[in-house]
Amino acid sequence: MTFSAILSVALGAILAENFVLVKFLGICPFVGVSKKVDTALGMGAAVTAVMAIASLFCWLVNAYILVPLNLEYMQTVAYILIIASLVQFIEMFLQKVMPGLYLALGIYLPLITTNCAVLGVVLLNTQYGYNLLGSVVYGLTGGLGFTLAIILFASIRERLELTADYPKAFEGFPIALVTAGLLSLAFMGFSGLKIS
Amino acid sequence: MNVSKVFRQGLLSNNPVLVQLLGMCSTMAISTTLFNGVGMGVSVLIILTCSNIVIALLRKLIPSKVRIACFIVVITAFVTIVDLILRAFVPALSSSLGVFIPLIAVNCIILGRAEAFAAKNSVLLSAADGIGQGLGYTLVLTLISIVREFLGSGTFGGGLLNGGEGIRLIPAQFPALLVVLPFGGFLALGSLIALVQYSQNRKKPSPAVTSGGKEAIAE
Repeated sequence: MTFSAILSVALGAILAENFVLVKFLGICPFVGVSKKVDTALGMGAAVTAVMAIASLFCWLVNAYILVPLNLEYMQTVAYILIIASLVQFIEMFLQKVMPGLYLALGIYLPLITTNCAVLGVVLLNTQYGYNLLGSVVYGLTGGLGFTLAIILFASIRERLELTADYPKAFEGFPIALVTAGLLSLAFMGFSGLKIS
Repeated sequence: MNVSKVFRQGLLSNNPVLVQLLGMCSTMAISTTLFNGVGMGVSVLIILTCSNIVIALLRKLIPSKVRIACFIVVITAFVTIVDLILRAFVPALSSSLGVFIPLIAVNCIILGRAEAFAAKNSVLLSAADGIGQGLGYTLVLTLISIVREFLGSGTFGGGLLNGGEGIRLIPAQFPALLVVLPFGGFLALGSLIALVQYSQNRKKPSPAVTSGGKEAIAE
């Protein structure tokens, strides 16, 4: 892949094709872990790391095990197992090396296993036929796009708690969804952004 | 707990999307035409019922420490089966739902029901729960799809009726394209949940009023 192709993948994953706001992947943690900017940042960092590393391992397993053995139909199962064991491994690693971050992430770390942004990115890597470098870049920048969206969203929600005035029926989840909708409208402005 | 009660809970009072707030991603992403909505709903219904039955059968064999991993493997096996069947027999649906079919494997509804219900209840009850929750999901998805398709494309039954074109209800120049874009997905689901909360808020004060009334009568 040329440099400009990689740059275009990266820009697309962060802005024009943002995983959360345009592709609808990873909505659960996006809404669930966005009440405070600090935890949103931690979640974003963890998801980014898992997405990049999962892209790397899933590409290797797909190219060197599944494709030579004609086992492509096992992709979903294989990818899920890779992601689950990867998350488990990262959990043990953080517990040992960075106990502070481990405690801060708490329950959200194991939940990354069932984050559809992570499985989504590895499935899309296969679907788009990216090579090793392209896959890792797409995973990394997709995670950065998730982080950007969740931090913006958490900052808006922090203010919403204090100042906003809305009907009682919209309390909690609905107003969060409407806010996310407006944010996605703003991100639509990036559509068509391309480097050729 | 009996079978029909478990079944009915999934439809309304414990609806997976509107009350438990699970499975948001797919609900908002694919609810743009009736065909997509019904297709996705039925796929989830089948996978959820099968995985609930198998997990209920295995619930005494699975060690609790590795249960999540076991559940995921069971669920993914059924997802793969449905994915392959759709690709072979309904390629149009398979290509329009795209990556969201394999992503059913990490749909929180299915894992949530496995953990909260099938792991603790008998096979019969788990099957009823799977069908009820699956129908509840299909119901919400169909509803949102019809509304979004009507407002966004001005048609009914796109991909399914009238040779895939759908029946045109609004002339082509009027519909608001915005509604079928991601923004419309967020807005539609947000409004629907707000509607549910509104009706719950209205219901809540009424028991207090009736009990107050009874006391007044007793006095």
